[in-house]
Amino acid sequence: MWKDKAMRLLMLSAASTSIFLVALIFIFLVKEAAPFALKPGLDALFDRQWIPVSFVQERYGILPLVTGSALVTGLSMLFTIPLSVLGAIYIAEIASPVEREILKPFIELLASIPSVVLGFFGLVVLAPLIKSLFGLGTGLSALTGALLLTLMAIPTVITLSEDAIMSVPRAYKDASRALGASDLQTIFQVIIPAALPGIIAAIMLGVGRVVGETMAVLMVTGNSALMTWSPLAPVRTMTATIAAEMGEVSFGSLHYQALFWIGLVLLAVTFLLNIIAQRVLVRYGMMK
Amino acid sequence: MISKRIFSWIAVFFLLLLQVSCDSGGKDSATSQSGSQKSISIKGSDTMVHLTSSWAEQYMGQHPDAQISVTGGGSGTGIAALLNGTTDICASSREIQGKEKELAAQKKIDLVEYAVARDGLAIIVNPANSVTELSMEQLRKIFIGEYTNWQEMGGPDLPIIVLSRESSSGTFVFFQEHVLKKADYTPKARLLAGTSALVQSVASDKGAIAYVGLAFALEAKATVKMVGVKSADDAAAVLPSDETVRAGHYPVARPLYLYTNGTSSPEAKAFVDFCLSEAGQKIVTETGYISVK
Repeated sequence: MWKDKAMRLLMLSAASTSIFLVALIFIFLVKEAAPFALKPGLDALFDRQWIPVSFVQERYGILPLVTGSALVTGLSMLFTIPLSVLGAIYIAEIASPVEREILKPFIELLASIPSVVLGFFGLVVLAPLIKSLFGLGTGLSALTGALLLTLMAIPTVITLSEDAIMSVPRAYKDASRALGASDLQTIFQVIIPAALPGIIAAIMLGVGRVVGETMAVLMVTGNSALMTWSPLAPVRTMTATIAAEMGEVSFGSLHYQALFWIGLVLLAVTFLLNIIAQRVLVRYGMMK
Repeated sequence: MISKRIFSWIAVFFLLLLQVSCDSGGKDSATSQSGSQKSISIKGSDTMVHLTSSWAEQYMGQHPDAQISVTGGGSGTGIAALLNGTTDICASSREIQGKEKELAAQKKIDLVEYAVARDGLAIIVNPANSVTELSMEQLRKIFIGEYTNWQEMGGPDLPIIVLSRESSSGTFVFFQEHVLKKADYTPKARLLAGTSALVQSVASDKGAIAYVGLAFALEAKATVKMVGVKSADDAAAVLPSDETVRAGHYPVARPLYLYTNGTSSPEAKAFVDFCLSEAGQKIVTETGYISVK
């Protein structure tokens, strides 16, 4: 009897460890970031410049970092969404079993490449390519980062979208065919609309992956804290800022607290994306 | 009912876990500070990693029982580590600043400074760039973003691409203080992680300009071009080299430091003494830096 109880307890604690850790992380972030809100106050975060090391005046405006992350993520989604959705449709609906057996493992392989390796590839191969393609002075730009992130987001989005398309009841397809619709009509007017919530959720999770990615963007985006919407300009993302500067700051300084605020913003964004994705799935009955 | 009790048990379990982990954390730092073993850790400047690891190798060869670990991360990282008691020696390519000194005083750390070598910062451009010399004033204007095209210095019609180290680097702060005269870098400056990324970018981008340690510039002589620097507009341009840096003719040069916590281990002191000895200074020259003696 007590064995049952002990086992139950053990498994319950194992299952709740991650919840406990997330709560701890959140408390830690808030605790470290909080003093900044009192002095110099939260409006300092809305400055348009991020100059953490200065002899004149340190400035901790996270706006350029937020726009940097937004620009890179937006650009990368511009490539990711059509590529992944079309790819998922092909794998789920059109590909022969042999093709599927070949395509799927390779897509999964793409997911397992470490991001530092991809970053290195971006620095040595992609950046010079972008440079000569657009006649730029250097290939270290938002676009280069976005292309790399596309490589990272594709496996996530393609796999989840494929699942969504696969889960559309076969009866829909048969009914559409029986009404005389062609393959293309069936795919775009019946299957895609039916799978749309799942595809949207997949995209949301892909965005979450891209926003949180660090190493690859740190290596290829040029890291200038500029407020810009030009894809060819260098940008500094929130993640890259934390990664590059956290090692150097002295504990408890304003710079340190500002970095924790960036962490909080990142956490909030990814949290929100995940919640939206879950909501969409639950709302349309694709997840119980 | 049962689930509530289970929950409270879990809470107690985690509290205990937390307690234990806090305790062991405290003990760890205590042992590393007392330095009961003969192990020394050196942390700090990326510029100096090459030098400190050469020192460490030679020193461990002479003292087989000594264990020295060398890590980079930037001068700021090293100083923070020394203040937090997680390293014995901090290698820094800049002097410790006022705020850090205050923090050290608060934590009752007795900082001892040793100038162990000198380093010249070479200004490097792409070999295709026809500019061969720049004055300190021109350098300042390039890096704060006032000049944006090489034409303004009689060079080719190319936009200037300003490259810099990340702000955690001692080189970043030194360059800002001595060349930029404490002004901020242009926001368009691309901040790259590490010297090799800088050299790589300058080698491939025609309009790029960057600053790197002399040792690195000499190593990359085949792919990048060093620029002579004039201390004033009417002075002669000086190329960085052993002689010009030691004699103080080359304007963009700096001392390199080791910092220790004065009351800490005698092993650390012995190592610093070795660095300052004749054998240690010979290594300085061999690794491409300039000896202080």
